[in-house]
Amino acid sequence: MNQAVTRGGFFSKERITAGPGFNRWMVPPAALAIHLCIGQAYAFSVFNKPMTQLLGISESSPDDWTIPELGWIFSIAIVFLGLSAAFAGKWLEEVGPRKAMFAAACCFGGGFLVAALGLQLHQLWLVYFGYGVLGGIGLGIGYVSPVSTLIKWFPDRRGMATGMAIMGFGGGAMIASPLSLKLMNAFKSDTSMGVTETFVVLGVVYFVYMCIGALAVRIPAPDWKPEGWTPPAQQNAMISRNHVHIDRAIKTPQFWLLWWALCLNVTAGIGVLGQASLMIQESFQGMITAAAAAGFVGLLSLANMSGRFLWSTVSDYIGRKVTYGTFFVLGTILYFLVPGMGTGGHVALFVLFYLVILSMYGGGFSTVPAYLADLFGTRYVGGIHGRLLTAWSAAGIFGPVLVNYIRDYQLQMGIPRSDVYIYTMYVMAGLLVIGFICNMLIRPVSAEHHMQTDNIAGEPIAAGAK
Amino acid sequence: MQDTAQRKTPMGLIVAFWLLVGVPLIWGVANTIITAAALFK
Repeated sequence: MNQAVTRGGFFSKERITAGPGFNRWMVPPAALAIHLCIGQAYAFSVFNKPMTQLLGISESSPDDWTIPELGWIFSIAIVFLGLSAAFAGKWLEEVGPRKAMFAAACCFGGGFLVAALGLQLHQLWLVYFGYGVLGGIGLGIGYVSPVSTLIKWFPDRRGMATGMAIMGFGGGAMIASPLSLKLMNAFKSDTSMGVTETFVVLGVVYFVYMCIGALAVRIPAPDWKPEGWTPPAQQNAMISRNHVHIDRAIKTPQFWLLWWALCLNVTAGIGVLGQASLMIQESFQGMITAAAAAGFVGLLSLANMSGRFLWSTVSDYIGRKVTYGTFFVLGTILYFLVPGMGTGGHVALFVLFYLVILSMYGGGFSTVPAYLADLFGTRYVGGIHGRLLTAWSAAGIFGPVLVNYIRDYQLQMGIPRSDVYIYTMYVMAGLLVIGFICNMLIRPVSAEHHMQTDNIAGEPIAAGAK
Repeated sequence: MQDTAQRKTPMGLIVAFWLLVGVPLIWGVANTIITAAALFK
């Protein structure tokens, strides 16, 4: 065993360096324990309506909060997700995954408890601070921290490993949404909507679950590699054996080309995701009920989640650049074809095309950590990934604004509701063409950016499947 | 007590840990599929 194991505190990297008999398949569920919890963020909208009736109970009273006021809670959380992922990335690489995951558990679980206090006192600023600021920081640190650990445990299957964790983020909403509804129903009374109690329960449950992940996580010894695996002798040019420092990485064109590729891929998907229910009802007027539209949204969530695992696993075999290229080419074709399905009344094909589009939206998120590891090495991949996630925050603004603006403009021009999405789809296809160009321009990072071997502190050499 | 083990990780522990995250995930997916079924009614 590595002698370093005997030193360091409970949260130190030395303490969680795995011994020789450790099975690496313990690490993906540790990562999933984090991502399944923080994925709750996607289901936050289930609280919106009940939170507008906290005082009035049976209906909103004049002193109750409004939907636009409540909308800021999620927006603040996403902003702090991006900020914390960007700024804490370097820190979490230095302290290791256990401390970072525990910090995420404290922030995310604690954020719920602070927000519950805000609900109890009916102080909106406290809810903003609790779920928005604290919870958002927990989201950012929790999202990034297990990813680089998995990349180091699975040098032979980087894509599949990160796909497993990031799939959890997509799946978290599927758990949180029905769970939150059941809890609110259970706690609802003549004097309470049950939201405060639900926040307390969720805060405690998520804290415990995330702590289990933090306790179970391990990092590989510096000289560790999977049993029977040797790095391929004929190395793919797009997979670097070198490492690039986090501060150096953001000065390379590769970082910014990938930033735009991710941003455009997410923009195209997120705009659709936010408007899915309305879009299918307006595209097939009189054919799709509100319940059926909710079913469509559920299917999109499933495609988003499964795409995270499937596409990143496929990227281990065909390469990250080809995978991203597929997203852009196939996405462009599908966005051009979708309006025809709407006007032609082909519901099944319309749904199928969107399922593929949303699978690629999820796949973009899960493939990008492995893409970064291929380009910049594994040493600072967690921190670099954190900084790249600012593209997600930007897309979170671009996507919905673009779709809503174009829709409203088309309606003002007198275009029928069934046709208002046609132009939007063409704009999305155009964005994907630009993304394709960015992806095609990505080349291996120049040797001048590589860290010197004596600065790398014995980190395992970056290598992976094709 | 040290966290790292010299011996092999017990298979039962790995299975239990996967169930800990797998069961809630399957429950969530099943709920989503039930909701999605409305699209085909």
